[in-house]
Amino acid sequence: MAGYIFRRILQAVPVLLGTTFLIYFMVFAMPGDPLLALFGDKTPNPALLERLRAEYHLDQPFIVQYFLYLGGILRGDFGTSFSGEPVSAILARTFPVTIRLAIMALFIEFVGGVLIGLVSGLRKGKLFDASALVVSLIFISLPIFVIAFVGQFIFGIQLGWARTTVSSGAPIQDLILPAFVLASITFAQIVRLTRSSVIETQSLDFVRTAYGKGLTRRRIIPVHILRNSLIPVVTYAATDFGVLLVGATVTEGIFNVPGVGRTLYQAIIRGEGPTVVSFVTVMVLIYLVVNLVVDLLYGLLDPRIRYVK
Amino acid sequence: MSSNQTPPTPAHYVAPLEETPLVAVDAVKVGERPSNLWIDAWRDMRRRPMFWISSAIILLVVLVALFPGLFTQVPPNDDCQLSNSNGAPTAEHILGFTKQGCDVFSRIIHGTSTSLTVGIIVTILTSVLGIVFGMFAGYYGGWLDSVLSRAGDIFFSIPYILAAVVIMSVFSAYRNVFVIALAIGIFAWPATARVLRAEILRVKNSDYVMASQALGVSRFRILIRHVLPNSIAPVIVVTTISLGAAIVAEATLSFLGVGLPNSTMSWGNDISAAQTDLRTAPQTLIYPSIALSITVLSFIMLGEVVRDALDPKARAQR
Repeated sequence: MAGYIFRRILQAVPVLLGTTFLIYFMVFAMPGDPLLALFGDKTPNPALLERLRAEYHLDQPFIVQYFLYLGGILRGDFGTSFSGEPVSAILARTFPVTIRLAIMALFIEFVGGVLIGLVSGLRKGKLFDASALVVSLIFISLPIFVIAFVGQFIFGIQLGWARTTVSSGAPIQDLILPAFVLASITFAQIVRLTRSSVIETQSLDFVRTAYGKGLTRRRIIPVHILRNSLIPVVTYAATDFGVLLVGATVTEGIFNVPGVGRTLYQAIIRGEGPTVVSFVTVMVLIYLVVNLVVDLLYGLLDPRIRYVK
Repeated sequence: MSSNQTPPTPAHYVAPLEETPLVAVDAVKVGERPSNLWIDAWRDMRRRPMFWISSAIILLVVLVALFPGLFTQVPPNDDCQLSNSNGAPTAEHILGFTKQGCDVFSRIIHGTSTSLTVGIIVTILTSVLGIVFGMFAGYYGGWLDSVLSRAGDIFFSIPYILAAVVIMSVFSAYRNVFVIALAIGIFAWPATARVLRAEILRVKNSDYVMASQALGVSRFRILIRHVLPNSIAPVIVVTTISLGAAIVAEATLSFLGVGLPNSTMSWGNDISAAQTDLRTAPQTLIYPSIALSITVLSFIMLGEVVRDALDPKARAQR
């Protein structure tokens, strides 16, 4: 197991270097002088410009700048936002809200998606299955911002069940609607995956043996079928975490949830390039870490994974 | 489901001998065209209503994109009256007016080509990059596979909409259809490459590949003539679905304000502009959203049908 963990972490290193390099390279290619932009319309003092250039290492070659930037990231220094606040301070303030929203969304999509997928798979070809398939296709093709606006319009404005924007403390009852919206993007995929996985598991030998032993459906469905159908679903959830991050950006922006996503959303809307880049980097790092952790857990749960390659 | 129902039992495929004359079973139909994957797939697809519905919608969308003048006579931009701002539908303007007093229906019709063009360019880009990377990685293996696959991992690790947000923020001065398609496509190809690589790994050990090797055919020729054509089916499925995803990506970027400039008519821009008036004029937001969703839905539906037709395993689960 230790070997597996070590190997998996070692594999993540080049990906981490590569992604940060790519992002940094794109920023480096940004047209215009960032320091001149700082001064707006005024012409800066050349001596001051020289000092700032040295302070931000802009006089160094590209590769040196990249490693200085990488060193900063490893020390938890993600740069400063447009308003001068350190990105790490903003993260500390906004991250708990996003986590709360994400946990609610994950709970909704898992419980709902797995339940509907299970029933669909058990009743393959019946009316419930057919309608679940059609509904899931519709959800897959609706962009997240359309779902958010329709949700806002129906539940917020027409029915008045929920607030259209979240109040400052982001209490749980305000987050219910955004959580449902966020859950809806990956919900449909979970339904479909669970369904096909259940259908596949149902025809396996051990299920037939369980029936042969005279076990009841009430025991076979949760213990034999469902548990063994969940492995691909859990894996999918990790790889699709990126979709959830993008979804959180749009959802938090639309519902005004004071989380990491809204900070990125507002930076994009206002065209604050450097802040956008810092937050995208943070999100990519979160994505990488989540994938690594899920991979490690996966190796822990399923011994076969550890021995591949 | 009732609890006394019998569990699923495997079907018996062997017919009783006295009922089925062996001649009929063993008969080789000489006159019949030899069947292959594509013919089988076509036979399966044409029986499904979903195939015809989605194809019809896609055909309609393509027609609208190519000849918007056939569907509306109202100019989308020139005839806007601020007095009509967020106005209700009339006989001539069936879906009402935008905030700027422009005809909603006409803007939807004229915005179609933008979405479709971005979708098609992204798809071409991801297919070409994905096929080249996946093909060489899967077929040649070894260090080339390691290098190409790690490169793919790096691009795959950045969610492509976030990457496109960065690219579009950097190249804010050059926002047009091609740049946005490039921004999406450059990070979206690893999915295609992975699918093709896995399929090639499976196909390259087939008997016909070994037969070609024994005949002395060059490795590259085997790849192009035998391995690639036999592993392309899953790529086609991914491609059809990703066309829909690319349209969504463009709309999302335009919605975030880092997509196309406001002067370019696009569904994403219209939805973005309408979001502040959701309370007062929901039609300006709902109708472009419906157009967007139906287009994406038809591409995803077509992809599903193609997948079912090309993949016998998926067919069994239907």
